[in-house]
Amino acid sequence: MNSTKLSEDKAPVGVLGAGSFGSAIGNLLAENQHVYMLTRSQDVADAINATRDNRGRIMHQNITATTSIKDVADKCSLIYPILPSAVFRETIKTLAPHLTPEHILIHGTKGVDVQLPEGDVLTAEYKLNPLKVNTMSEVILQETIVRRVGCLAGPNLAGEILNGQPAATVLASRFEEVIKIGQRTLRTPRFQVYGSDDLTGVEIAGVLKNVIALAAGALNGLGYGENAKSLLISRGLVEMIHVGKYLGGDALAFLGLAGIGDLIATCSSSKSRNYTVGYRIAKGETLTAILADMEEVAEGINTLRISRAMANYLGFRAPLTETIYEVLYGDKTAEEGLDYLMKFPFYVDIDKTMFDGA
Amino acid sequence: MATKVNTSDGWLYDPILPDPETWPIVKLSHNREAFLKELVELSIENIKESLGNNPANLKDELARTLYTEKIRLNQTPWKADGPDEKDFWSKVKKDMVRINAGHENPNAFGHEDLAQRIVKRYAEEIAGVFDVQAYDFAKGFTTFLFARLLNASQNKGLSRFFASRSNLHDKIHLIGEIDHVRALAEKGTVIIVPTHFSNLDSMLIGWAIQSIGLPPVLYGAGLNLFGIKIMAWFMNRLGAYKVDRRKKNLLYLETLKMYSELSLRKGCNGLFFPGGTRSRSGMLEKRVKLGLLGTALQAQRMNFVEDGDEAKKIFVVPVTINYNFVLEAQSLIDQHLKISGQAQYFVENDDFSTSSKMLRFIYKFFTASSEMAVRFGTPMDLFGNRVDEEGNSFDPHGNEVDIKKYFYSNGEISKDMQRDAEYTRMLGDKIVERYHCEAVVFSSQILAFAAFRIIKSRYSKMDLYGLMRLPADELIIKPKELMDRVDKLVTRLREMQANGEIQLEKEILEGSLSAIIKKGIANLGIYHNKLPLMYNVDGDFESEDITILYFYHNRLEGYELHKVI
Repeated sequence: MNSTKLSEDKAPVGVLGAGSFGSAIGNLLAENQHVYMLTRSQDVADAINATRDNRGRIMHQNITATTSIKDVADKCSLIYPILPSAVFRETIKTLAPHLTPEHILIHGTKGVDVQLPEGDVLTAEYKLNPLKVNTMSEVILQETIVRRVGCLAGPNLAGEILNGQPAATVLASRFEEVIKIGQRTLRTPRFQVYGSDDLTGVEIAGVLKNVIALAAGALNGLGYGENAKSLLISRGLVEMIHVGKYLGGDALAFLGLAGIGDLIATCSSSKSRNYTVGYRIAKGETLTAILADMEEVAEGINTLRISRAMANYLGFRAPLTETIYEVLYGDKTAEEGLDYLMKFPFYVDIDKTMFDGA
Repeated sequence: MATKVNTSDGWLYDPILPDPETWPIVKLSHNREAFLKELVELSIENIKESLGNNPANLKDELARTLYTEKIRLNQTPWKADGPDEKDFWSKVKKDMVRINAGHENPNAFGHEDLAQRIVKRYAEEIAGVFDVQAYDFAKGFTTFLFARLLNASQNKGLSRFFASRSNLHDKIHLIGEIDHVRALAEKGTVIIVPTHFSNLDSMLIGWAIQSIGLPPVLYGAGLNLFGIKIMAWFMNRLGAYKVDRRKKNLLYLETLKMYSELSLRKGCNGLFFPGGTRSRSGMLEKRVKLGLLGTALQAQRMNFVEDGDEAKKIFVVPVTINYNFVLEAQSLIDQHLKISGQAQYFVENDDFSTSSKMLRFIYKFFTASSEMAVRFGTPMDLFGNRVDEEGNSFDPHGNEVDIKKYFYSNGEISKDMQRDAEYTRMLGDKIVERYHCEAVVFSSQILAFAAFRIIKSRYSKMDLYGLMRLPADELIIKPKELMDRVDKLVTRLREMQANGEIQLEKEILEGSLSAIIKKGIANLGIYHNKLPLMYNVDGDFESEDITILYFYHNRLEGYELHKVI
């Protein structure tokens, strides 16, 4: 492990979350400055601080783990929340009282947040107004006084980054300042950081690709090859752009690392959680059984339900999303789902109006 | 703290600063020369900075300015332009030729002098002169005018014109967080940002600001209005500064922005119509112009740089002006449809270009108008945070916020124009959001919304322009049908009011369905030549003019209300 001594004048940065992606980002950051990492359990924090071991992942020596969110906020004015979307709002709420307007938050969560009226459940027929769907940066803006927010997205399989393999990410923010500070803290010889000012577009691209990854896993589980996968990726991208528009995402963001880049990575890798869910479904397991023994959340499942409910509300067709939903929650098998899609009357490859206003 | 005064002569509150000599706007006028000097210096500094401090760029910019100003002089001369306008620019041209010929080297002396001369001229044109006596006179005059005109409508015959004093506040409701706004005006600098539907808004808001006891505010008015003598006389003395939308060159825009920034830094309360122009569609502003709003951010940052924790804070107060009836509705909606329908060309049509036309307009406006409401919304800081009466900012969870730190990088205040521009954009979004929450719904608007939606749903395949051409006999609605929609709308609107998402007039909050419909039909655009909605001989509802109906319907757009009916 790298053991360069850090210069004293570099401010430490915080990472919220010690899951696989949080660990990967934490290790990258630790190459440039000291890192305070929030873990949920004291045992994990103690293990990291004592032995550098984070449930099988080796953590950089410049990382100090803690369970005190206040500690992280007091010590670091730049914080990377890398949390599952399901606990994102709650965690940000506990962070909020410790934040000042000087803080900058750059999140790495590829999921969305939905505020449903009490008692409502996202069923197959639920009609969800897209205005109730928030990206993680919107959650930060709603819950805290922080205005300088950004996000990370792109083909960043945590395992590969942890192994020191080369990779790149896109850091999106409407503030140039945030992009610069993100690049300065995160860039290493093995990790390139691109900037983008389309925060919403990049967030949405990163979120929606998870749904397509579910299908990619299923296709592979059925034993099909590269033609089928390429078909899925390119049609998937079109559908992502289509759905993304309703969430305020610009088509161009989908052509970058966060869109097509991430899509190819997740659709090709058995290391992706979403892919794994699809794969095991195609092999005949039930969703309940799969979720029961998964260590970390597959964001695609939540996104899938939200996309479906949004399509119900707005009355648009999203054949891939609908079919994947039927396979996961309805009574279609993966093979039946595929048959349905192959018969679906698509006639146009690219609808040019998709890029209107781009 | 706020003393409510007997309202018989139309005054609601004691002035918070009784002595005019303490008004920032008066101090500014007393020190006009020094102020202008500072304004020119700072503007030049900013201009040079935005040109990368490169003399060659300044030379190019001057050439561009001269070129566009020549075009302006030839193509759009206005009465309000100074009599020596042509001479000034001819002289600039001569000097520029001389400087350019004499000095091949762009670093040469001369260009900056020229830029200073131009900026000085702009600065003198922009800056107004405040006059306390004229302000007092205008205060009395507008109250007199408003009250008499409203009286004239209530009592028949001219003999009653000077009869009993009517209470203006029965007709024009001043509501909202008035005490809060007054408290903040004592602590810091307040910027009033109203919605804009009618030409009368600026007079109305000026009167409202006086009525709640605030010292006069500084506001921008189109230079074209200064071509009308009566307007020019008033505005020249009431703290108006001039905004010329023909001049789009860098030198002018930087001077204008610096004027706004500097006056805010000197503590002058401000007034912007962030929508820019009147809403042609009748919808609440969906986005706002950020140029002058951005100067508030600059002023706030400079206040912190100069005074640290003692710095004066700047507060934004979204205000909604709510009408049952907009006199210009027809021409506004025509323009809107023309623009959105064809998008090819648009000639701005000034509804009143002479004094007499304007007086007729005012007369008709007040004799015709039924109630209106000016609602002062919840004040906030420039970052959209809630503020208490002391001016302290709070996050959504009630923790106090030190807003100075929004300008921090590496622990100290830094200048970052891109960052400030982003804060400004966020503030603009926040203002739009607040407009929707602070809008006051009248019964008439509910009727217009319901009626238009009923007609629209009958022709779901037809686009807007098709709907606008429907013949009269297609525009009939059965009372039952309308009642049913209004019922659903009222239920939903009451929910929204309970959540603070919108404001409702008393009748909608408490009245029966039939009372709401009765009041609505009695008020909906009642003085238009063709009525947007009325009872016909069969006792059904009928629209004589669907474009106007559409205009009033639009006020309730953007709340997803069509989903409930």
